[in-house]
Amino acid sequence: MKLSFELNGKPTQIEIEARETLAEVLRARCRLTGVKISCEAQVCGSCTVQVDGLPVSACTYLAYEVRGRRVTTIEGLADASGRLHPLQQAFLDHFAFQCGFCTPGMIMAAKSLLDEVPDPTEAEIVEHMNGNLCRCTGYLAILKAIQQASKEMRVQK
Amino acid sequence: MTERSEFVVVNHSVPRGDGVAKVTGSAIYTSDMVVEHMAWAKVLRSPFAHARIVSIDASAARSHPGVVNVLTGDTLKGLHPYYGHAVKDHPLVAIGKVRFVGEPVAAVIGENELAAQEALEKISVEYDELVPVLDVDAALKQDAVLIHDEDYAGGAFRGFDDFPGGSRNICQAVHVEWGDVKAAFAAAAHIAEGEFYFPMVYAYAMEPYVAIADFDPKGQLTVYSSAQHPFMVRHDLAEVFALPLNSVRVIVPFVGGGYGSKSYTKIEPLVAACSWISGRPVKLQLSVEEAFLTTRGDDARVRMRTATDSNGKLLAREAVIHLNTGAYAENSPMVSRKAANRIVGPYRFPNVKIDCLAIYTNTVPASSYRGLGGAQVTFPGESQMDELAEKAGCNPVQFRLQNLAHSGESIHPGLRPIDADLPGDVRQAAEMLERHGPMSPGHGRSVCCSASDAGAHPVTLAMVQVYGDGSVSVLSGSTEIGQGSHTVLAPIAAEEMGVTLEKVRLVGSDTAITLFERSTGASRTTTLMGRAVQEACREAIAQCRVMAAELMNVPADELIEERGGVRHGDMGLTWPEILDRYFQMEGCSIVGRAYLRRAGALKAVPVFWEIGVVGVDIALDSETGRISLDSLVTVGDVGLAIHPAMTESQDIGAATMGLGVGLFEELIYDGQQLMNGTMLEYRVPRFSDLARHVELKLVQNRDGVGPYGAKGGGEGAVNPVGPCLANALYQAAGVRIRRLPLTPERVWKALQEKKARALE
Repeated sequence: MKLSFELNGKPTQIEIEARETLAEVLRARCRLTGVKISCEAQVCGSCTVQVDGLPVSACTYLAYEVRGRRVTTIEGLADASGRLHPLQQAFLDHFAFQCGFCTPGMIMAAKSLLDEVPDPTEAEIVEHMNGNLCRCTGYLAILKAIQQASKEMRVQK
Repeated sequence: MTERSEFVVVNHSVPRGDGVAKVTGSAIYTSDMVVEHMAWAKVLRSPFAHARIVSIDASAARSHPGVVNVLTGDTLKGLHPYYGHAVKDHPLVAIGKVRFVGEPVAAVIGENELAAQEALEKISVEYDELVPVLDVDAALKQDAVLIHDEDYAGGAFRGFDDFPGGSRNICQAVHVEWGDVKAAFAAAAHIAEGEFYFPMVYAYAMEPYVAIADFDPKGQLTVYSSAQHPFMVRHDLAEVFALPLNSVRVIVPFVGGGYGSKSYTKIEPLVAACSWISGRPVKLQLSVEEAFLTTRGDDARVRMRTATDSNGKLLAREAVIHLNTGAYAENSPMVSRKAANRIVGPYRFPNVKIDCLAIYTNTVPASSYRGLGGAQVTFPGESQMDELAEKAGCNPVQFRLQNLAHSGESIHPGLRPIDADLPGDVRQAAEMLERHGPMSPGHGRSVCCSASDAGAHPVTLAMVQVYGDGSVSVLSGSTEIGQGSHTVLAPIAAEEMGVTLEKVRLVGSDTAITLFERSTGASRTTTLMGRAVQEACREAIAQCRVMAAELMNVPADELIEERGGVRHGDMGLTWPEILDRYFQMEGCSIVGRAYLRRAGALKAVPVFWEIGVVGVDIALDSETGRISLDSLVTVGDVGLAIHPAMTESQDIGAATMGLGVGLFEELIYDGQQLMNGTMLEYRVPRFSDLARHVELKLVQNRDGVGPYGAKGGGEGAVNPVGPCLANALYQAAGVRIRRLPLTPERVWKALQEKKARALE
């Protein structure tokens, strides 16, 4: 079947099969491999993308569900000139990753929070991010990175 | 870093070499790769823990639409299908017998994953069930059924003398002894004695095992894999397919976590065989559920006693360690050796007697897990330190301080003396906890430590290429698994060559290009590969000096080295100027190389002692038994932090992994079946488990054999966390639990039992 949606700001039309998940379509058909697949059970958050600005686990989300909607992945975060999103820069500045496998999902989940709550408390960050697992960093650097990005994004506004 | 560093590039937290790729989603992991004309494999797994395979009928699967071929144990003629770096006991797919639930029995190669998956159901396998051996007690019984009844050859490692097969379910036996333990216990004033259990755990590297193999018609085998040790994988593949080493190329792109679970060979022989029988490149991507059935950590039952004299001086330790190694040896022979060494801890013991057995059972094979036996044995070790401190009427920190080995002292006869400031480290951790203020009611605190003989066997080869335009390449076979090999090695080359970091490029693991590095693990990268890169740079500089001397017509020993070149009187030449004038041709480069082996400064083993020092302040909810972390402090005694921010991140990462095992992680078997092998049921630390206060401290005494006195880190902090939590729980509530994890249920039960005892 045909699927029409907006992908990282661009109108997109592709052929999919009804059974395909959004993660499968983004990775295999659109070659956006920043969408990572790990637990496949909505536990780890590594496949997090935004659909109409809200975070979803693409591993358990049927691609068909995004027809006519807006999908944003990690590849769509930097601006056209290649300038990194404040979250991406903050993750770099705080060394908020090691292996990097959770990072795209982590950044997309954090973006969804900061889009909604520009100045979250530490408790709000922890609660929102609790569905994103990282096995390398012990989370502290990620927390600091999200706090820095929050400041940065408010200054930019 | 607050102090000013004397270094220009190293010892500064420079940007990660792989940073931009990883935050933009452009970093390519093996799971992201496709190669042209590639087919996909799916694996049929055994439903039985122990059974003979009577027959396999794959004809219906072979004729399923979209199926290229089916691989079974009967289709391997011409191969040497058993692999293993310690013991070649592991068939690449079950041959005649299955030894655990989840063992690969067949693989379907299909045009796509769906076709392969569908065809799995069309394979019919007839099994003849055998008595399963499900725990170490059953395995050790006199009349136990043998899991392996054939003799196997040794693998790439020399030095394992106790090969399995023939008569017992023992995979490896290790004995460590000095002094007279019997006499020491007879003379002891205080003895702590007990049985401890460290659970079966899963590392959960977020990228599950994945490999792509391409066996081309000319006999060249190329494998992309999530492997930590590409050169060990190359060795096993060369043996399976009887290929020369130059015909096996293993390439490791970015790897989504390892923590030991991706060390040594995993699915690569199976995937390569799939390519071999189908004449196509083949990709096998395991799911996390399948990764649970591929490798786990050894669970350990430790019976141990420790004695002191009346002054609280340690006299003796005696322990029997039973490691549940699962169905195949994998790296458990090494785990057992390390567990036997590491159980002594960083203390002076005049009398020691340790027996460690790695025991086969019909469960998922156990292998390396962060800390390599260290976490399993630090739990009883540091628990008994607190028990003895209480018996001797000592403060636990003071008790440790008076028994810790000082720098230069030997804790193991024949091994390298301690190259760290253990008493200073422990004192700092205790002070950091105290600075967080007085302890609240219902809380408990503890500081624990460990010393691990780390670095593994020192064979590390490296090359640097210095180009005529002043740029430099570092060719390293050390895998980037997140630990930062792509970030720490380039600064070392920049520091040595006197160039800016931007001029240095790192070329990562590819066995056709990079020289041999035994492994990426045991916290060795900074120490060994770092040292190799440093030596390779110095060799390149020595070549430049000879060239410069000829060009300047002066004796080479009169040249003075300065950043980025050499000088003689008023005459100075940079490296690019030297190469330009020497070759009189643009685009040339020279190669500096280093071949590290067990000799010289690396003769003594271990390469270094990896120190783990952790302090916790826990809050106990006595109604529910739930433990939460108020404070976590770590001290990383790393010699010199080549990259301070990443070194700290390694320490808190390791401590957090320890926290998982300490509080909730445990694989649970019910009979033959692993019950919680999914991430829905296997609970790992989350954001909300982060301690309220975290303080990380690096100690940099430049006392290691790595570059500039560096030593490894990243595993040490995992070891002491479990006992630290158990000791803090004892401080908080007076209950001593000798089994991890300290789940709310387990803690609650212990609290109830204590109450009941008080009422009696």
